[in-house]
Amino acid sequence: MPAVALKCKECREEFELGASYVCDRCFGPLEVSYDHSALDDPAELRRKIQSGPPSIWRYLDFLPFDRRPRTGLDAGFTPLIRSERLAERLGVGEVWVKNDAANPTHSFKDRVVNVAVAKARELGFEVVACASTGNLANAVAAHAAAAGLDSYVFVPSDLEEQKILATGVYGTNLVAVDGNYDDVNRLCTELSAEHPWAFVNVNLRPYYAEGSKTLAFEVAEQLGFELPDRVVCPVASGSLFTKIARGFEEWLELGILEGSLPSFHGAQAEGCSPVAQAFDAGHEICRPVRPDTIAKSLAIGNPADGVFALDVARRTEGSIESVTDEDIVDGIRLLASTTGIFTETAGGVTTAVLAKLAERGDIGADDRVVLYITGEGLKTLDAVRGIVSTYDVEPTLDSFNETVPVAGTERV
Amino acid sequence: MAVTVKIPAQLRTLTGNEAEAEVEGTSVAEALEAVYARYDGLRDRITENGELRRFVNVYVGGEDIRFGNGLETPVNDGDEITILPAVAGGA
Repeated sequence: MPAVALKCKECREEFELGASYVCDRCFGPLEVSYDHSALDDPAELRRKIQSGPPSIWRYLDFLPFDRRPRTGLDAGFTPLIRSERLAERLGVGEVWVKNDAANPTHSFKDRVVNVAVAKARELGFEVVACASTGNLANAVAAHAAAAGLDSYVFVPSDLEEQKILATGVYGTNLVAVDGNYDDVNRLCTELSAEHPWAFVNVNLRPYYAEGSKTLAFEVAEQLGFELPDRVVCPVASGSLFTKIARGFEEWLELGILEGSLPSFHGAQAEGCSPVAQAFDAGHEICRPVRPDTIAKSLAIGNPADGVFALDVARRTEGSIESVTDEDIVDGIRLLASTTGIFTETAGGVTTAVLAKLAERGDIGADDRVVLYITGEGLKTLDAVRGIVSTYDVEPTLDSFNETVPVAGTERV
Repeated sequence: MAVTVKIPAQLRTLTGNEAEAEVEGTSVAEALEAVYARYDGLRDRITENGELRRFVNVYVGGEDIRFGNGLETPVNDGDEITILPAVAGGA
């Protein structure tokens, strides 16, 4: 049995594996702790992983389940694409783009929800719920539908229309809260004490967060069981960022990977950058901010895992950076025009931070970098509305020739 | 000033399952002191060396006190003070 307890990240107190997320003693966050002593043959583990299903469940040994759970919609096994064009443009050795928009509901949230909904069923919950900036809402509504569970999804009322529609279509109880994400989150924390519901990112958070480790496992496997030198990853609550580090660390501890942890660079939008500000100021904790950015999926002003994200960035000689809304749109365009991948605003933040690090010389010609693209551009169309134009022509050759500049003069 | 302090589920074992406490105080600090005086053991769970523990969030009328004046944030008659774990949520 690999998962053995829930352990407080603050005071190390241990608790039973149930639906709890807070240490009774010090209010610290709980994390799943494992006994991996039976996993002592790295070569055999690598073989077993490679013969597993094409989803996050190939990493079952490192997730909090005794056996593969019954699931309706599986996440993971998304492409890792080497982009020579982006690398060349930025003067970086190797850029590998992990395109996690290629998940069932088009963001990395399918990973965490795949795990959380499976755990909710195992623990006997009939209703799943979440506080969300949008992508999680999509995923919870979809996975609940596939599992035949009722769901309640709480979002800020100013969310992008695409994310509202792409959530409601699954038939969830969609609750638009008059407030920002931090207000939604506070409400859900209170509600979780009132109803016997599985709030995936409140009372099931320790399990939910484990799903993010698969973004480390998958990248390492896709690189031939090797580690990159650096990763660039968005930071909202800081959970994804810290769990990717944890995933690499677990495999290093087990000998599945060799070497040392990559440098972790976190990406935030300047209009909501409590973790980047704490990093710059040398602080150990994050002072909450009121978000004001087009990157709504990263608009968490009071990041729950901020302290742990700071720790990861510092001990890996990485950093937490922030970029302006203008940089974000440039980032979306840079990624699209060099890789053919259209990402949402969060991916614009991540790409813009990679560009910033390259420009500053912090990432260079001898670095192999993984860029974590966590969501889909079609969900945040407003961000690019102003940068796209068309040539408007009559359906005649003359009109075309007068209006449109012609490329490719060689006949083929 | 009479204010209501809402107790998080995790601490209700110390309050005999009471979900809220009516107390007097002119600031968050005073109101919390009154709650600590009423229930044994609560102070140590919420504070450490006189400061709020780092995974405890406190709100007045839904507003995080770190946007106000921290524990010295003033409270008015009828205000609601909410204590919640900070570790929920997140992308």
